[in-house]
Amino acid sequence: MKDNQAYEEFIKGIWRDNPVFVQVLGMCPMLAVTNSAINAVAMGGATFFVLVGSSILVSTFRHLIPKQVRISCFIIIIATFVTIADYTLLALVPGVHKELGAFIPLIVANCLILGRQEAFASRYPTKLAVMDALGMATGFVVALFSLGAVREILGDGALFGIKLFGENFEPWIIMILPPGGFLTLGVILLFFNWFKTKKDEFIEDVAAAQRSEG
Amino acid sequence: MTSPPKDQAPGSLRLVLTLAIAGLLSGIAIIGIYESTLPTITANKARELREAVFKVLPGVTQMQALVYRDDALVVVPEPDKDEPVVYGGYDDAGQFIGYAVPAAGPGFQDTIALLYGYQPAEQRVVGMEVLESRETPGLGDKIYKDMDFVGEFKALTIEPEIVAVKKGTKTADNQVDAITGATISAKAVVRIINEAHASWTGQLPSPGNEPAIERQEPAGSEAGQ
Repeated sequence: MKDNQAYEEFIKGIWRDNPVFVQVLGMCPMLAVTNSAINAVAMGGATFFVLVGSSILVSTFRHLIPKQVRISCFIIIIATFVTIADYTLLALVPGVHKELGAFIPLIVANCLILGRQEAFASRYPTKLAVMDALGMATGFVVALFSLGAVREILGDGALFGIKLFGENFEPWIIMILPPGGFLTLGVILLFFNWFKTKKDEFIEDVAAAQRSEG
Repeated sequence: MTSPPKDQAPGSLRLVLTLAIAGLLSGIAIIGIYESTLPTITANKARELREAVFKVLPGVTQMQALVYRDDALVVVPEPDKDEPVVYGGYDDAGQFIGYAVPAAGPGFQDTIALLYGYQPAEQRVVGMEVLESRETPGLGDKIYKDMDFVGEFKALTIEPEIVAVKKGTKTADNQVDAITGATISAKAVVRIINEAHASWTGQLPSPGNEPAIERQEPAGSEAGQ
């Protein structure tokens, strides 16, 4: 039963409550750094680290943090993890760090992370909080990657810098410019909403069929 | 698990203490990560600079920093911060090859910092490497991703000045084919080099009188990869 719940917390972040496509959180890095798949993955990785790390701490110390100062404490914890991620990326992969630029420190302001601390990690035991953070972070990485991949393929004819098409491919440059982010995100959100409507209709149909049979 | 009663407000001392402890722990963690990554970061930057110098000056295996002090170009191991520096490039035998000149200026979105190789004897630019830029991905970033454009700077007459022309219309040795769709970035690169060249021109010694290499570094120890 317990494991089932942990699994549920993990899986909901990836699909049903996907932080980007369903909750529409964390839009700033989402639109800003997804102009190539590698940037998207690096950003996703940094966010993953920060989200999981802060969730563990917040959940562990949830009884020690008075609720009047909880937001300040969450921000201190998040900012510490972001700084660690910032320096680690700078030391290990200076090239990627250069590309992401100001958006690494800005992870502090990612509402997805603070949102998960406030809504989940500060209320549930560490194990569930970790599963929730893992799920949400994975969902965020998946979302960033799908946007980054679509934009890089259409806008540059490449994926992870490897050219996919022949010489004759004319890159659709707007896709790697800011408007391309909005276009791609819009189309993906459209798909998610359409899917949800269809699913709800289907469930209703099944229920109606069962009622008429019964 | 004992959770404190929700309705009873804790004293302000406890609030202050909680934040102080959180801040203290966070400070310790940040200092720790800063101290432990600093050597790698500094080494990365130094290596990047060396690689860039060797790239913009073909044939160079040794370098030293040079600054202009008291009307002469002098060798300094550790230049002051904010002091304009050029790097002298020398071959294995200590023969002077050229200067690698760092230069920076406004690009399309943010400052472009670059390094160019300059051979004073022929008054030629022999290489250019962008060190830092935030130009538009896919367009402006071609100033360092488009090898055709970077290649333009491998044999370029710098006198009277470099001129960026529309792609495919290059006719003279001091002209550079600009990048379609990234004219502003391409012109910015050209302007940055011209400005740096103009400001250094009076300060570089006449060809043949360059400062000799002072410390002999084992060639290829760091550059050999």
